[in-house]
Amino acid sequence: MKEIVFYILAAAILVGGLLAVTSRRIFRAAVYLLFSLIGIAGLYFYLNYEFIGAVQIVVYVGGIIVLMLFSIFLTQGSGEDMKKPLLGRVIFSALAAIFGCGLVMSFINGHEFTYSAKPALDPSAENIGFQMLNTAQYGYILPFEVVSMLLLASMIACIVIAIKIKVPAHAILPDNPRYHDDIDLPKELVLEENEVVA
Amino acid sequence: MSLLLTIGFGPLATAIHNWVTASISNATGALATEMVIVGISLLLFLVPLCFFLGYMERRVAGFMQMRLGPNRVGPQGTLQIVADTVKLLLKEGLTPDASDKFLFNLAPIIVVVTSMLVLAPIAFAKDFQIWDISIGVLYMASVSSISVIGILMAGWSSNNKYSLLGAMRSGAQIVSYELSVGLSLITIVIFTGSLRMSDIVNSQADGWWIIKGHIPAIISFVIFVIASTAEINRAPFDLAEAEQELTAGFHTEYSGMKFAMFLLAEYINLFIVSAVAATLFLGGWMPFHIGHWEMFNHIMDFIPSSIWFMSKTFLIIFIIMQFRWTFPRLRVDQLLNLEWKYLLPISMFNILLVTVCAIMGWYF
Repeated sequence: MKEIVFYILAAAILVGGLLAVTSRRIFRAAVYLLFSLIGIAGLYFYLNYEFIGAVQIVVYVGGIIVLMLFSIFLTQGSGEDMKKPLLGRVIFSALAAIFGCGLVMSFINGHEFTYSAKPALDPSAENIGFQMLNTAQYGYILPFEVVSMLLLASMIACIVIAIKIKVPAHAILPDNPRYHDDIDLPKELVLEENEVVA
Repeated sequence: MSLLLTIGFGPLATAIHNWVTASISNATGALATEMVIVGISLLLFLVPLCFFLGYMERRVAGFMQMRLGPNRVGPQGTLQIVADTVKLLLKEGLTPDASDKFLFNLAPIIVVVTSMLVLAPIAFAKDFQIWDISIGVLYMASVSSISVIGILMAGWSSNNKYSLLGAMRSGAQIVSYELSVGLSLITIVIFTGSLRMSDIVNSQADGWWIIKGHIPAIISFVIFVIASTAEINRAPFDLAEAEQELTAGFHTEYSGMKFAMFLLAEYINLFIVSAVAATLFLGGWMPFHIGHWEMFNHIMDFIPSSIWFMSKTFLIIFIIMQFRWTFPRLRVDQLLNLEWKYLLPISMFNILLVTVCAIMGWYF
């Protein structure tokens, strides 16, 4: 019974991934990728790693796939079928996929998996949280803080890119008296005081 | 009355479990049979519930606007919703010619299946729960985020401008309001120290969190009700449907039973949101207890736990239904301002406040 569930999940992941790269319609490709990612979350639930499974759904399904679908919505002509890729590209990407698969398989076959006598680690959310903030030896506080700094930096970068600077209208449109309010401009359009337009 | 007290839902579930395991020797077969029983009983509960919520919505609307609402079919119009369902069943389930037919038919299924999945960790009564998963609250927050993909899919595959606009609005709205919903759920998780639904309910045996947790709990309760109303696309946050601008938004092209599935999912989501608010803030099936007033607590225990749960849930459903007829619809920019400039900073501040309260033990 357990094996049947595993094979169903594995088939969903593989078929979803395959259809995602072969589909001619970009929106459908994203939906097939969604099935593949949900299958991976199912695999985590199957292994009783409930916390990781839920996080997989939040991050990949609720975040990344939704962002992808959004950008597809905003893309022009994304409803039509895509052009067939060049034969050379198909051959080379197929070769890359086969060799990548072969490399991974050779590593897995070469590695000897030994059964550990130690009891399994507790995968509960409490234990994960405790390990993440553990400052003792083998605690994960340093990587955790480094990742949070990275996230903070990327958030600030997003705000800086999206920010708008207020400039008085007469600085841009001096001749027209109708424009006397401040205008919101993206930062790159604002000229420095001494800058001369070439 | 005494009969009701002795036959709880917990012993009933145990009796069914014993009966199934006794009659089916194969453990896998017994588990599969139990899953089928749970699924059928869930459907038998949900469909009448959605009938009732549809009727309730129209009567509440009538009450708020000083008119009668449905009152011709059956006593007090109770059979109106049956007539509507028969009408939806008989209608043709149209699939537009230029649509992406596979995704068009898949979208309502995804939306309904997602709402059914989210029901799993809800405790309906004492010892009566489908799946007491150790990460209950996180599971609900994560699985409910799949439903936005069903809506985006419906809007895209219809090949209709209104549907596309509705889906885009809905996506922006759900993605932003998810944050506030999650942060307000975390408040109670910090107080309880557990994500498991049964632990959260049991921690309220000496008083509900909205009373025990005082200021931070009340703030997060208000934020949760506002943000979850937005997350289930109900008025005043129904920009995704906005009849006056977008005909019917993302489900413009749907008819017959496919449309009925969106309607079903909407009412199930309304029930789920109210049930979560009732469980986290108002104690779920836990009767109204006050600290160590043994006599008072004992009297309250005489009311069955399922009645406590249902009455709290319907109280919150009633409040959310009143929003619909009280506030005008928000514009898109107002909607996003409300979330990113008000609700999110307030809930982040609230997390700090609740952490201080939990560490210092400043709760009852």
